Amino acid sequence: MLSIDQETYDAIVAHAKRDHPDEACGVVAGPVGSDRPERMVEMVNAAGSPTFYEVDSLELLALYKDMDARDEEPVVIYHSHTATEAYPSRTDIGLASEPNAHYVLVSTREHGNNEGPVEFRSYRIQDGEVTEEEVAVVPAPAPQSVRRT
Amino acid sequence: MAIEVRIPTILRTYTGGEKAVTADGASLSALIDDLETNHPGIKERLVEDSDSGTDLRRFVNVYVNDEDVRFIGGLEAEISDGDQVVVLPAVAGG
Repeated sequence: MLSIDQETYDAIVAHAKRDHPDEACGVVAGPVGSDRPERMVEMVNAAGSPTFYEVDSLELLALYKDMDARDEEPVVIYHSHTATEAYPSRTDIGLASEPNAHYVLVSTREHGNNEGPVEFRSYRIQDGEVTEEEVAVVPAPAPQSVRRT
Repeated sequence: MAIEVRIPTILRTYTGGEKAVTADGASLSALIDDLETNHPGIKERLVEDSDSGTDLRRFVNVYVNDEDVRFIGGLEAEISDGDQVVVLPAVAGG
């Protein structure tokens, strides 16, 4: 199951709608081993395409170095489909290379850049096998600074 | 001569779970051959046969001191002692 806070969920949907009709992509990083998607990083789709996405190689390196320094890993890797359902394509399956990540797919085919519901689904992709999982949207956690001890 | 090579999660099955290993080589292609000696099977995940011989796989990124090797000679990129090599699979799809 993917457990994701409402704020991050909304931000992923907003990114997908904004970039429609091109595919949007990004990562939500979290502490290593925590399975908590906490820090969303929008990436630029260097392919700038409605049918393909690819994170720019130097931007990707910067992201991984940053995650390493923070002791984080990619908990969620998301991208949008703009004309088809929110299910991993053959290319998505072939190129999936983070066996521990939740692969989130958002489809903007219904409403494009406009308001309206989107399909938001999550999968594990391991050794070419796709397993859909439940998505639980939870309230945003209280910021550390105001949490009582 | 020792060059640190950072290994991505998906290839750590070849390195006994290690996140970084050391290898030798004056070029990226020599370095990959040396990696293969100690971690059999890893080379096939990094390079593929092409019309011109052997090439880096399209969706594998390799960096030498933060530079994408595609801009500094690909498999012929020069490497020297103390350099840091990072391997990252592309984040891409359709």
